[in-house]
Amino acid sequence: MTDVTSGANMAPKPKTSLLVQDARTKRRNAAEARFRTYGVVAITIAMLALVGLLSSILYNGSSAFRQTFITLDVYLDPAKLDKDGSGDIAKIAKVTTFGYAPLIKKSFEAEFEKSGIGVDGMKSKDAAKMISKEGPAELRRFVLAHPHMIGETVTFEFLASGRIDGYYKGRVTMKSAEIDKNVSPQQLQLADQLKAAGLLETKWNWGFLTRADASENRPEAAGLGVAILGSFYMMIVVLCLALPIGVATSIYLEEFAPRNWITDVIEVNISNLAAVPSIVFGILGLAIFINFAGLPQSAPIVGGLVLTLMTLPTIIIATRASLKAVPPSIRDAALGVGASKMQAVFHHVLPLAAPGILTGTIIGLAQALGETAPLLLIGMVAFVREFPGAPPEGFFDPAAALPVQVYNWTQRADPAFVERASGAIIVLLVFLLCMNAIAILLRRRFERRW
Amino acid sequence: MYDASNPGVTLEQTDIKIAANKVQVYYGETHAIKDVNIDIQEKTVTAFIGPSGCGKSTFLRCLNRMNDTIDICRVEGDIHLDGEDIYDKRVDPVQLRAKVGMVFQKPNPFPKSIYDNVAYGPRIHGLARNKGELDEIVEKALRRGAIWDEVKDRLDAPGTGLSGGQQQRLCIARAIATEPEVLLMDEPCSALDPIATAQVEELIDDLRARYSVVIVTHSMQQAARVSQKTAFFHLGNLVEYDDTANIFTNPRDERTESYITGRIG
Ligand SMILES: Nc1ncnc2c1ncn2[C@@H]1O[C@H](COP(=O)(O)OP(=O)(O)OP(=O)(O)O)[C@@H](O)[C@H]1O
Ligand SMILES: [Mg+2]
Repeated sequence: MTDVTSGANMAPKPKTSLLVQDARTKRRNAAEARFRTYGVVAITIAMLALVGLLSSILYNGSSAFRQTFITLDVYLDPAKLDKDGSGDIAKIAKVTTFGYAPLIKKSFEAEFEKSGIGVDGMKSKDAAKMISKEGPAELRRFVLAHPHMIGETVTFEFLASGRIDGYYKGRVTMKSAEIDKNVSPQQLQLADQLKAAGLLETKWNWGFLTRADASENRPEAAGLGVAILGSFYMMIVVLCLALPIGVATSIYLEEFAPRNWITDVIEVNISNLAAVPSIVFGILGLAIFINFAGLPQSAPIVGGLVLTLMTLPTIIIATRASLKAVPPSIRDAALGVGASKMQAVFHHVLPLAAPGILTGTIIGLAQALGETAPLLLIGMVAFVREFPGAPPEGFFDPAAALPVQVYNWTQRADPAFVERASGAIIVLLVFLLCMNAIAILLRRRFERRW
Repeated sequence: MYDASNPGVTLEQTDIKIAANKVQVYYGETHAIKDVNIDIQEKTVTAFIGPSGCGKSTFLRCLNRMNDTIDICRVEGDIHLDGEDIYDKRVDPVQLRAKVGMVFQKPNPFPKSIYDNVAYGPRIHGLARNKGELDEIVEKALRRGAIWDEVKDRLDAPGTGLSGGQQQRLCIARAIATEPEVLLMDEPCSALDPIATAQVEELIDDLRARYSVVIVTHSMQQAARVSQKTAFFHLGNLVEYDDTANIFTNPRDERTESYITGRIG
């Protein structure tokens, strides 16, 4: 039958013009145009979502990097700080933070007298409340560090309280101040006067990156220092454990292991591990590292170990993929000139796979850096005021982590923490961007070698 | 089928370098090489010819145990190099491959510099005591590989940046840089122009003075030009193995005759 039809088709084909598209070509081109439109639409939606997300975070969070400070001349009154004039540091240390509050009050009084600013009916006690609760504590720390300054007048830059800071960031208005028991309209008026006198300034705030977290009622003093250090320590642990273990595992599985059911089972399990919800790793870490191995809670070492478990499958899968992508002819070539299997892998295969391995590792690290759930379970959510020590002991000290800090701050009632949470997200994003940039740079470097 | 006891084939005159006895190769269920017996002689060029897919490459790869790297591949029978069973448990394939070098069907230079490509083998086998010696080995190998003149000014350029034919000659240079005793060449000239082909054939002729060379080729003329012995494979069988002159002028098997006259292939 086919013979018959093909015979019928033998009739001479009519000549067609190349300048006119036939129906088939038109349909094909239309399909292609449609497909391209879908692509453009999808990318546009994705870009819009991204821009929306980023701009909202930037809008909310960029103010966290600026903070309002009040500059005052403080007389370090010996009558209050060093009653017997002995200069004995142990005795000076007995004066608590409360003992320093009157000094600030006095400074305001002196300032009112000197420059004539002040709001009618407002007491210096209320003015002192414009300073962060952290203010007296900072003053005390300064005095303990420089006891010889007692008796002198020092110019000190205090953090303004969260409400005053909020006034200059648009969070607090005269109207809201009337019904707010933490701030009064008089205080805001005084703040404006201080600003006019050049004593109050909203400026770049390194403290957001270097300070430790602060309690609920002093958002202005809260910083990411401990969280950044904690995350950094955890990343070191993850990098030092996950990269060598992951790469060694992949090389063994890909290049040396016999193909049998055992390796098949291992392979399936690794793929499955990559899909295990991260909180499960947290439970595992809690059970093994804390309850069984007795490692301390909230410590970067435990966080790092848990994140290592989580990152390993990612690194193994990426490494195996890039090992697989190295053409087998390279292995043959090396073996053919009498290289051992190990030499073939380490001299030829691994350098070619390195860009892929590095990319996989950095993606894994980036994932680990942003991971929150497992860290909650091992106690990284605790409120940590103290910076962890230097490595290696520091790995065992309590610390926070960036994403957990974000989570923490979003839980707090004071609206000033919204800005700080968004600011922390910005810091996290900047770190992720840096890591990706490093990944790209490394890949470029390695690729240029060939 | 070829029969080793056939009085028409006289193997006793020269030393036997490689002796294969009842070799079977399976890829999983596929029986790729069926009961092959062959004696490859010292200081001789042996050509393997046969239609595509008949198992020439497979058999060649048995001779330096490159088939070990293929998981599903199983080799039975025994192959002796200088009287020693190369599939013996005590044999380290790495040591074997230093003695039995190989040039692959597809050019596969390392993605490294031309110099490093050639220097790699001598380096890992410790053939050079210093940089000067290594330079010498590299230059000699590149000259014998008939590629020296084209690359002498860019030894630092990547080997993968060469043309296909240049790459193949680089691979030949790489293989002979380690001074193997047997050189296995799988269609070394399939990507070469006639001039380079002539150069490689000249090289093969040179090598014959010291080594045995086994060359797989699809070109009857090439087999006739370079080889002293020719083996004809068909569907995994070694159909005929004889002096090249006999194969081409007076084949005993009709399949051989059909193939060399172009009727099957
Ligand atoms: N890695 C492999 N896995 C499975 N089967 C294979 C493999 N390599 C070769 N074969 C099979 O073994 C048989 C012989 O292949 P081989 O490569 O030896 O042929 P050849 O004679 O070299 O052919 P060509 O002249 O085209 O190179 C073929 O049927 C092929 O399909
Ligand atoms: Mg072949």
